[in-house]
Amino acid sequence: MSAILELSNVSRQFGGIKALNDVSFSLHEGEIVALIGPNGAGKTTLVNAITGVHSPSSGKVVFKGEDVTKQKPFQAARRGLARTFQIVQPFPRMTVVENVAASALFGGNPESIAAARDRAMEELEFVGLGHVAETPASSLTLPNRKRLELAKSLAMGPKVLLLDEVNAGLNATEIDVALDLIRRIAARGVSILIIEHLMKVVLSLSSRVLVLHHGELIAEGPPQEMVHDRKVIEAYLGPKFAERFQKEMADG
Amino acid sequence: MSRKSNLTLIVMGLWVLALALAPSLLGNYEVRIAISIAMFTALALSWNIIGGFTGYPSFSTAAFYGIGCYVGALAQRSGVPAALAWVAAAAFVGGVSFALGAIVLRLKGHYFAIGSIALVDISRLVISSWGSVTGGGNGLNVPLLEGRPPEVSALVLYVMLGIMVLAFVTNVIVDRTRLGFGLRCIDQNEDAADMVGIDTTRYKIAAFVLSAIFPGAVGAVYASWVGYIDPTDSFDILTTVKVPVMAMLGGAGTLLGPVVGAFSFVMLEEIFWANFLEWNRAIMGAIVVVLIFFLPGGILRLDWKRILRRLSDRSKARSTDKGSAKE
Repeated sequence: MSAILELSNVSRQFGGIKALNDVSFSLHEGEIVALIGPNGAGKTTLVNAITGVHSPSSGKVVFKGEDVTKQKPFQAARRGLARTFQIVQPFPRMTVVENVAASALFGGNPESIAAARDRAMEELEFVGLGHVAETPASSLTLPNRKRLELAKSLAMGPKVLLLDEVNAGLNATEIDVALDLIRRIAARGVSILIIEHLMKVVLSLSSRVLVLHHGELIAEGPPQEMVHDRKVIEAYLGPKFAERFQKEMADG
Repeated sequence: MSRKSNLTLIVMGLWVLALALAPSLLGNYEVRIAISIAMFTALALSWNIIGGFTGYPSFSTAAFYGIGCYVGALAQRSGVPAALAWVAAAAFVGGVSFALGAIVLRLKGHYFAIGSIALVDISRLVISSWGSVTGGGNGLNVPLLEGRPPEVSALVLYVMLGIMVLAFVTNVIVDRTRLGFGLRCIDQNEDAADMVGIDTTRYKIAAFVLSAIFPGAVGAVYASWVGYIDPTDSFDILTTVKVPVMAMLGGAGTLLGPVVGAFSFVMLEEIFWANFLEWNRAIMGAIVVVLIFFLPGGILRLDWKRILRRLSDRSKARSTDKGSAKE
């Protein structure tokens, strides 16, 4: 397994605030890695730094062996580094299929607008939105909007997919459907970095977990270990609870 | 969909033909109006590319038009044939808009609108202060087109119609190709457009340049027609406001919207000028307000079928009322 996406010492400052501080990690081909951390830890900033929305103040982002630190978002998309947004971003006055066709046309490499549309239809069938292809994007329900986001990213034929809380706001049944979908995406050979709050998702999907706190990577490892890691528990619940928890664990 | 767009092309073709027949069928006054319609249709169609498709409320039309006036005039004064001077003006304005677009298109929404108005004023100030070349506030005389007055106005009409057709064809091409698709994405959600791989900066500049070259040509032709230009007339702030209003009146972002809008506006203006000389500006203002409140999508986006049905329902209801009253 070689690293398809590699961050070395990435920092990002907003004025005096260090939103990301010296973050290094790599994502291997075909891997699903979860990125967790309390609110305000800098998870979305990390995705923004990778995709060029807010380029890193220092450090390096290497994608497929190419230095892409200074890239613009549209270049990231064309390179095969796609993302979804925490707050869904459809083109509201276009139909669902037009939304996806836009991604296919500009982010992918189709011959014509018609070819892009065909590609879009395939992806819509894949995520299960084929039946609403011709309805306006603004009329979709939240779970369907999340799926639309996924279809849009997939239409670009990405190598790496950064999923920013695609499951937020979904109920238990909807999450199961979403989990299945993410697994099927990974099966297509797409490497996935998933930002997630729901431990169920993290535990069942990822082979590795990165924990971000105050812009720093405080722990990295297999999900089961991370759940019991003292630093991780401290970051989420404070040092007092971490101490008690560990005592209880030790006492059995 | 293709049947509908073919209908659009047929309607437009007939309309161009009708305007082109004006010199042989109608009098001087009507030809003047036809020129005015062709001119403003070309301007509104140009605006449609940046303001309609892309959703950037540009008020730069008068800047492009004014620079076109001056470049055309100066070229002709230095001996360049009229036709070449018009093309040169379009090309020059295209270059200027490329440079200015790279700066002003960084702004969005209201800020862009204000920035684009500033372009008009800056251009006007440069032209009026650069007296040694442009004649400053005294204006410039432009070599008149040769021929008897009716021939000249027929020629001007045909040239303006030519520019109008070119502007329309550009709209059709933009509408059908990836450029138009990309511009629509930018209009609806610029961040998302960026994320799906659209080079938004390049697309916006392309739209801005396309919306500038035709006004540049129109300005140059106008200068040749009237034979005299000055800064206040060439960079008229009213032009810059009227053109977006026309496009929105008809329906911004549609192909025929600017055509319908420019025609309706020119006709309304003609009627108001003729009948309410002192009040016409106020009436224009009222139209703008009504437009924003009641016709945000323009004339073409009205649900005409529903309106007709409601009208016929109402007239039916009235006739049955009368019927029942008799009984």
